[in-house]
Amino acid sequence: MTSTNHNAGNLLELKGVHTHIGAYHILHGVHLAVPKGQLTMLLGRNGAGKTTTLRTIMGLWHASQGTVHFGGKDITALNTPQIAGMNIAYVPENMGIFADLTVKENMLLAARSARNAAQMDEARLQWIFRLFPAVEKFWNHPAGKLSGGQKQMVAVSRAIVEPRDLLIVDEPSKGLAPAIINNMIEAFDQLKKSGVTILLVEQNINFAKRLGDTVAVMDNGKVVHAGSMAALAEDEALQRSLLGLAL
Amino acid sequence: MTSAARDFDWKPLALVPALALLVLPFVGSPSTWLTLTVAGLAMGMIIFIIASGLTLVFGLMDVLNFGHGVFIALGAFVATSVLGAMGDYTQSADLWRNLLAVLPAMLVAMAVAGAVGLAFERFIVRPVYGQHLKQILITMGGMIIGEELIKVIWGPAQIPLPLPEGMRGSLLVGDAAIEKYRLVAVAVGLLVFAVLAWVLSRTKVGLLIRAGVQDREMVESLGYRIRRLFVGVFVVGSALAGLGGVMWGLYQQNVVPQMGAQVNVLIFIVIIIGGLGSTGGALIGALLVGLMANYTGFLAPKVALFSNIALMVAILLWRPQGVYPVANR
Repeated sequence: MTSTNHNAGNLLELKGVHTHIGAYHILHGVHLAVPKGQLTMLLGRNGAGKTTTLRTIMGLWHASQGTVHFGGKDITALNTPQIAGMNIAYVPENMGIFADLTVKENMLLAARSARNAAQMDEARLQWIFRLFPAVEKFWNHPAGKLSGGQKQMVAVSRAIVEPRDLLIVDEPSKGLAPAIINNMIEAFDQLKKSGVTILLVEQNINFAKRLGDTVAVMDNGKVVHAGSMAALAEDEALQRSLLGLAL
Repeated sequence: MTSAARDFDWKPLALVPALALLVLPFVGSPSTWLTLTVAGLAMGMIIFIIASGLTLVFGLMDVLNFGHGVFIALGAFVATSVLGAMGDYTQSADLWRNLLAVLPAMLVAMAVAGAVGLAFERFIVRPVYGQHLKQILITMGGMIIGEELIKVIWGPAQIPLPLPEGMRGSLLVGDAAIEKYRLVAVAVGLLVFAVLAWVLSRTKVGLLIRAGVQDREMVESLGYRIRRLFVGVFVVGSALAGLGGVMWGLYQQNVVPQMGAQVNVLIFIVIIIGGLGSTGGALIGALLVGLMANYTGFLAPKVALFSNIALMVAILLWRPQGVYPVANR
């Protein structure tokens, strides 16, 4: 592992990352910086390469070219368990809920330091229950029986069941009712205040506007714009050119 | 009623008593029916012991191991050597002395099958992860090589594996004769199921196995190395097949090098009926297959071989993913 050529203020940095999936060339040299302690929004149209970028960071697909640095360490060639073991939590687009397991069992699996439910951090669990009351309500229910919104709450709760340095979440508002989206926004706002660094892929513009500190916009497998979320939110012309709409 | 009990799907479980009660009028005599039912349950339990590891191996890593049968034969042949060397114990009429011989035979068979399973995974299965056709071909090839090696060590001929003295004979329940060994087989099968159920539901390793069967990528994203888990499951599955081989050999009272291939068909029917990756489903499937084989063997011997295929087809028409399909697969 090397620790050269990276900005100390950035917890995660991608430089010139190319990713191929079979014969398809999906990422064409992605440059992305995720500043420490901030919430970075990754925006872009469908098929822009956002999910592929997250999966490449997690080692689920490997970069064919370029580097991924986390906390100054080169993690490009590491496998997924090694990357997750560096204190990175990941919530995939499909939420990755283990449907046959109860909510408690889902949470226990994510709590790597706990061998059984009694060893989970009770104070942290109570904090999670305040963020997402549904998690406590359905604690002993099979996770597969929950609604889409409840599953998303479990997925995010699972990612934060132990303190993590980086939280990567792929479209947390996808398919959720507006009331649940508001609940999710409040939860992420509280997570931001707890100091965790977050990288969030979103299509819901309201979500992005209310939460993002920094933003990167992708198109055709590249980051075509990076800067502050507030600046993008104020510049309608830029929004139209990048996203085809105004925030 | 707890939410888990409320959510549990009882229909597949009800199939076992339903099948048993359905054939009662055809068999006619309640004592014959009881004898056949206990024989079917015993056979089913032995098949479950063998199939439980195989279904997890498939569920966890999508590996089709057609060589599983070699561990059955290996376990049975190891038992012939161990029990052969403990004649004083096996020829005693004292059941406890018999168990003192059978228990070490089971443990040695499990250890040998588990160790060979470790090598089998490393050299035969690992190079073909994710390639089903190659898995089928190479694991079948591995089984053929295993059978030939068994012939080299123990010879090609059938070897008798007589039941220890105290396990022979029957108990009379009314007019029905229940073979003692069949009760032993049911007890061992229940014990294996209880241990597996406890590990899978009460330990973190068990949770990881269940989660890995559903979504191995997510398990890796949580920071766990699923390949290590898979190797462990493969070894335990091989060891259980070795145990099943001892039980099957004693059930048949003789062993041949091809016995693994003979049982292979049954265990694949069982794991398909059960739902690939489901241990509970494998138990239901094994009991149904064991009962069906015994009932048809008595009622219509000519269709006995076909009956389990017909059972599988009927189950798949009802539930195309097996009786307990594993979610997310």
